[in-house]
Formats: sequence, structure tokens, C-alpha cells
Amino acid sequence: MQRLLAWVDARFPLTATWKAHLSEYYAPKNFNFWYYFGSLALLVLVIQIVTGIFLTMHYKPDANLAFASVEYIMRDVPYGWLIRYAHSTGASAFFIVVYLHMFRALLYGSHRKPRELIWILGVLIYLALMAEAFFGYLLPWGQMSYWGAQVIVNLFATIPIIGEDLSIWIRGDYVVSDATLNRFFAFHVIALPLVLLGLIAAHIVALHEVGSNNPDGVEIKKHKDEQGRPLDGIPFHPYYTVKDILGVVVFLIVFTAILFFAPEMGGYFLEANNFIPADPLKTPEHIAPVWYFTPYYAILRAVPPMFGSQFPGVLAMGIAVLIFFLLPWLDRSPVKSIRYRGPKYKIALTLFVIAFIGLGILGILPATELYTWIARVLTVVYFAFFLLMPWYTKNDSHKPEPERVTAK
Amino acid sequence: MSDMAVDNSKRRFLVAVSSTVGGVAAVGAALPFVFSMSPSARALAAGAPVEVDLSKIEPGMKVDVEWRGKPVWVVHRTPEMLALLPKHDDKLSDPKSENTAQQPKYCQNPTRSIKPEYFVVIGICTHLGCSPTYRADIGAADLGADWPGGWFCPCHGSRFDMAARVFKGSPAPTNLVVPPHKYLSETKVLIGEDQASA
Amino acid sequence: MSRPLYHLARLLCLSLLCLPLTATAAGPAVKLDRAPININDKESLQRGARVFVNYCLSCHSASYMRYTRLTDLGLTEAQIKDNLLFAAEKPGETMTIAMRARDAKEWFGATPPDLTVITRSRGPDWVYTYLRTFYRDDSRPTGWNNLVFDKVGMPHVLHELQGHLVPVMREVIGEDGKPHTVVERLQLAKAGKMTLTEYDALIGDLVNYMTWMGEPAKAQRMRTGVAVVLFLSLFFVVAFYLKKEFWRDVH
Repeated sequence: MQRLLAWVDARFPLTATWKAHLSEYYAPKNFNFWYYFGSLALLVLVIQIVTGIFLTMHYKPDANLAFASVEYIMRDVPYGWLIRYAHSTGASAFFIVVYLHMFRALLYGSHRKPRELIWILGVLIYLALMAEAFFGYLLPWGQMSYWGAQVIVNLFATIPIIGEDLSIWIRGDYVVSDATLNRFFAFHVIALPLVLLGLIAAHIVALHEVGSNNPDGVEIKKHKDEQGRPLDGIPFHPYYTVKDILGVVVFLIVFTAILFFAPEMGGYFLEANNFIPADPLKTPEHIAPVWYFTPYYAILRAVPPMFGSQFPGVLAMGIAVLIFFLLPWLDRSPVKSIRYRGPKYKIALTLFVIAFIGLGILGILPATELYTWIARVLTVVYFAFFLLMPWYTKNDSHKPEPERVTAK
Repeated sequence: MSDMAVDNSKRRFLVAVSSTVGGVAAVGAALPFVFSMSPSARALAAGAPVEVDLSKIEPGMKVDVEWRGKPVWVVHRTPEMLALLPKHDDKLSDPKSENTAQQPKYCQNPTRSIKPEYFVVIGICTHLGCSPTYRADIGAADLGADWPGGWFCPCHGSRFDMAARVFKGSPAPTNLVVPPHKYLSETKVLIGEDQASA
Repeated sequence: MSRPLYHLARLLCLSLLCLPLTATAAGPAVKLDRAPININDKESLQRGARVFVNYCLSCHSASYMRYTRLTDLGLTEAQIKDNLLFAAEKPGETMTIAMRARDAKEWFGATPPDLTVITRSRGPDWVYTYLRTFYRDDSRPTGWNNLVFDKVGMPHVLHELQGHLVPVMREVIGEDGKPHTVVERLQLAKAGKMTLTEYDALIGDLVNYMTWMGEPAKAQRMRTGVAVVLFLSLFFVVAFYLKKEFWRDVH
């Protein structure tokens, strides 16, 4: 065994990789609850890839067969229902985990110098994930799949001058059709997964280059022992592997409970209208995107048409997503962690969370006049969080950061 | 890190238990995926046993039915055909059907069938998978005066008698395969299901 | 499970935003009756299956549903073949119908939808209420209208069993300030072969069957789920002590 390992190591950095990323990767010892979601996102990625591969064995990307092939998976394929529900539950779980992972960064300043690139790669992963989810949602070819895709692709049509041609080019047809389904299938099963894997690898490599942040927001690399190991660091393996196993098991209990006992999640993970085959001639009475897109959908609807065009709303929606990229440079606070920040950031973050969740709920509800006004207020709050950040973080009071990480 | 004594045996025990439980979890998670690759309800339904009405087959005639995507021949053998069967055992590779993989036990007899007059066989040559041609014409000019009737494979010239037993010198190594079948009534045979007892 | 979660979600909306919630599902404001669903009641499911193949399956297909799957309800293949197989030859086939979509559209104005997963899109309560609230309406080409599906194209197929219901109208002032007549309730004008209670029980069995048919794997899903969650709970205990043991090193 030892000789085999030596043989491999002479030709491939196996032991070196193991050491660099696990057994001798020093992570801060004070990780808390919020630090589970990175490894959980990786777990969900694996679940999605494996279930996705097996779904592809039975699914047919053909407008005449797609809906039936999903029901075929649910009924005729042995354990097909389990694989399909795991994939549909996994899609929502992915977003839950990623949103919590991103919120962790806002709490402890994980996006701040020197981790800007990790953050940018993370936002790119988030964008790729949204695209992946959007393409995947068309595949069951139900009414919500169809009309959801129709609405989203039509957003591109609002772009001045090139919009109309662009949306036709995306669909490959004048309406969402078999051609659209086929290409979305190609994007969903191979193009975006490749992009996602590459981005995730880069995200982790960048993280391990700089080292992890922690709930105190202080650099553990400032204080090292004689061997050059951070005094407040512990090897990722075994300490964080055993801790993450615990996190994984807890996550899996919640995940499988949903998968087995409430896979539709009251219509939020699997929408009732998606059990009706796509009908290009009949729009369902109430369409709303899947829950993870609803905050942006609410922003889209909140912005009134200007100059006879819906484009401002589309633009606002696009900026609402892309503005995350700027976060490392908008934040001017001398401290990273919320533990040492002043009241202004705490209030701003709280308002942002309320706005984000509030917009998410409003995006599910039909747009009445009252709701539209609330959505407008929340949209302003959403953007104010980012655009005013340079001022309120700079002028905020703050407590002194400790030299070393504090006890858990 | 501390200098406190580490109870290594306890750690080893916990690691062993966790690995075992984790291993069981991994196997349990893998099983549905493994099962999902076996034939679906649709494939099973398509491969379901096929019923054949024997009363519609004239003596000497053959009908083709599809079972699990393969051609299955059902032949109504005439008394003349049956009479010729035992007369050329010396020219056959396996006259007694001793290769048990080629027919169910209840068809390991001189006629390779349940009822002598009705013969059921999968029409795929055991050589390279062609489907041999039915040549019931006894003493056919192109097959020799002693041709007792049977099948001739156009691909590589394998010859089989009226019980689909292969003649010596053919490229095909074994007799054609008799599929499991059973009689539902005097005139109805079900291909694809074994009869209860031989 | 999904019902309480839905209410929880609604409650969450309310407490977060203090907004009045309008019904998100559009359609007439008819209170739906609760369907008596119990997918473990095999006798009810068998009765429902019989009603389904006898009445629904002449115009509606259930083309993702295989007859063989009815063995899950405790029926043998021979029973399925002898009693339920009208529109197909082999039990392995799906519940398709001979009527062509275009003909159907000509006869009914709309193609009768496939019913395999109808309870998953409409909900069992809707189907249960729908099948019990057909009423006489001479303004409709079929002579029938429906409380939850206004101007429905489908006639009341089961009227011989239920009898004829007629609406009792009431005048209300609408949002526009003008009076409208609305259906207040339905009452029996001509008795059918069954009493209304018997008819409700029949529809209850039918909707129970249709709910089962919407997801035949549900019972297996629930059983597997219990085993999986119990196993993971055991795993949790092990993982907890494993983590605790290693983290004794960290101070």
C-alpha cells in the first residue's frame, strides 16, 4: 500500500493535494453554524449531478414526449419517483443552501479583502445556478415550465433594438417550442454543469489560497507557531470533516423528510400547474416563478413601464442580481464581522433581509395595487442597501477587533 | 492542540462505527439508482408472455410471433415430418438435446416440444444471430436429396432439422433455443412462461 | 403534510407583512368540499377504479397509468383482465382510449383532458366538489353547468345516478354596485338511482382512486421515508459522538 502510494505520488500529487486541501489546510477553529453551508452546497451539487445523470437515462427532450417521459419516470421506472423527487427537491435545496451561504458572507465580511475574488467566483456560481435552474425548469414540459420560460425569454425581447431578434434566437422559434426544449436540455445537462464545476473548483482553490474567514473576521495567519501553522487554525481533516459529516446528516434528515413526505412542498417546490402538459394556446390563470426567483420577479413587476417599454423593469432586475459583484468595494467598514460593526450596518442588513424575503413573498402573490406599492418600497430598500453602503459603513461606529479569534 | 491524553481506542471505535453506518448509507443510497436501470414497467409489459392460437396454424405451416423483440416460430408439424425426425441422429451435433441451456427441461425429448405436433423455437441462429429460412420441402434440390425439412441459415449456411437441431458441419455450434412456454388450453400456447411442472 | 405547510407559509406572510391575503388560486369563490381521501383503503380504491374505468375511461384517457399497476390495490392480473379491461387488450397497456383528440374537440368543444395526474393539478377537493355540483342550465348546449367550473363543456355523465340538481338563485350587490344573481345552493329536482349520500360515497371512492392514480408510488414513498429518516437519526447519534470526541482536542 505504501509502495503503491509512493508510486502514485511520484507521478501525481496525491498526498500533496490531500495535505494542501484537507489534512494540512488550517481552518479557523471558531467556525459556527453558518459555516456548514459551503460543504452542504457541494453535497447538493453531487446529489443533483448523480440524480440528473439517471434522469437523463429515461427523460426524452421532445415536446411530444417530454411530459409523458417524466410521468414514465414517476411510475414505470423502478425508484424513478425517488430520483425525480430528489432532483426537484435538490433544486430548491441548492438555492436555500446558497442563499444562507451568501448571507454568511454578509454577516462576517467573507467577501472583503483579500477574498474579493472568492466572492466574485461565488456570484458567478450563483448566476450559473440560476441559469441552470431556469433551463432545467422547462424540461418537465408542464404549463408552468412552458409559460415560465415564455415570460423569461420575453424579458430579453424588451431590450431596445435587438431584443426581438435576440429572444427569437434564444428560442430558435417564434414561440417556446421543441427547438427551445432541445437546446435548454443541452444547456441543462452539459453546458452549465461544466461551467458550474469549473467555477466551483476555482472558488475552492481561491479560498484555500487565501484561507478561510471566520465569525470574528480577523486573519488567523497573523499569528503562527514555530512551524508556521496558524495558532487559531486547526487542520480541516479530521476536525472539520467530522463536523461537516454531522452537518451533512442533519441536512439529509431535513432533505429526505421533504423528499419523502412533502416533495411538492405545498406547491412551492413542484407547482400544481406543472402537472398539466404544456399548452401553447392557454396560459394558466396565475403564474409565478419558482420561489427562488420570486424576489427578482417582484422587482421586475415593481418598476413601472417607462417610455412605453418594460425594459426599465428588466434592467432593474438584472442590476439587482449583478450588483452583488460590487459588494467587496461598496463596503468601507474597517472591520469585517458583524460582531464588531456598529448599529447602522446591523439595521441595514436587517432591512435588506426583510426586503429580500418580502419581495420573495410578493413575487408569488398576484400583483394588486397595494402589493405593487409595497414591492416598490422594498425594491428601494433592496437597492439602498447596496448603493448607500459606502456611506453608512464608513460612518458607522465599530468596536475594536480582537487580535485572536474569540471562543466559540 | 492540547496535551490531554487522547483515547485512541475510543476514536478508532467511533471512526469504525461511523464508517460502517456511512457505508450502509452509501450502499442504501446507491441501490435505487442501480434498480432504476433494470427493465421498467413498460419494458416488462412489452416483454410480457405472448399468447398464440394454435388452431389457426395449418399442418406444415409456421407462424412468426414476436416475444421480447425476438422472432419466435410456432410450427404445426405433420406426421410425416415427425416420422423423419429420429432417422438422422448420426448427422446431428446434439441429437439428444443434451445441452440443457438450449431448451427447458420439459422439452428435452426427441421432438423438443411439449406436444410433438406443435414446435415452438426462437428463430435466431446460434452462430451469429441471423434468422434462418424455413425449408419444409423434403428433399429440396438445393439442399440435397436427404434433406428432411428444417431451416437453412442464409448467412453462413447452418442447417437445422424440424426440431431445430443443428447438423454436423454447420457453423452454428448448438441447436436453436426453445423458449419457455406452456399450454393454456388444447389450442392456446403462452410463450414466455414456464409450465408449472415438467 | 402539504396542507399545514401551506398554512404555515400563509401565516408567515401575514406576520411578516401584515397584508390581507387574497386567494392565490383563481376561479369562482365556491367553497370546496373536503374529499374523503385515504389511499390505504384498498376496498374504496377498488370501487373507485371500477367507477373510473366504467364511466370516465370512455372519453378521458389516463395514458400514463398501466392496468397492471392496479395489482397494488390487491387485484390479481386475472381480475383486472376480466373486470376492468374494456379499452385495452393486455394488462400491461396504459389506460388509453380509442377516441381521437380531434373528434373529441368537435363533439365537446374541447378535448377531454387526460386524467392520470388531474388530482395533482386541480387537487382532490376540487375534483370531488366538481363531480357533485353539476346543475341544470338550459342556456348551456349540454343542458348542464357546474358550480366550480362555470360553462364547462362536459355534460353530467352520472346524472342517472345522482339525479338532477337545480340552482336556487339569490341576488347580491356586486362590486360595481349593480345587482347580480348568483347560485346560492343546489337542490334536488329529480331523484336519481342513488340517494345523494350514496352518490357522494361513490364520488368519494372515485376521487380517492384518482388521487391514488396521480401518484401510485406514494405509499411506498411514505414507507421508505420513515425507514430513511429513522436510519439517518441513528447516523446522527454516531456522527454527534464522533465529532464530540475529535473536538475534545480543540480549545
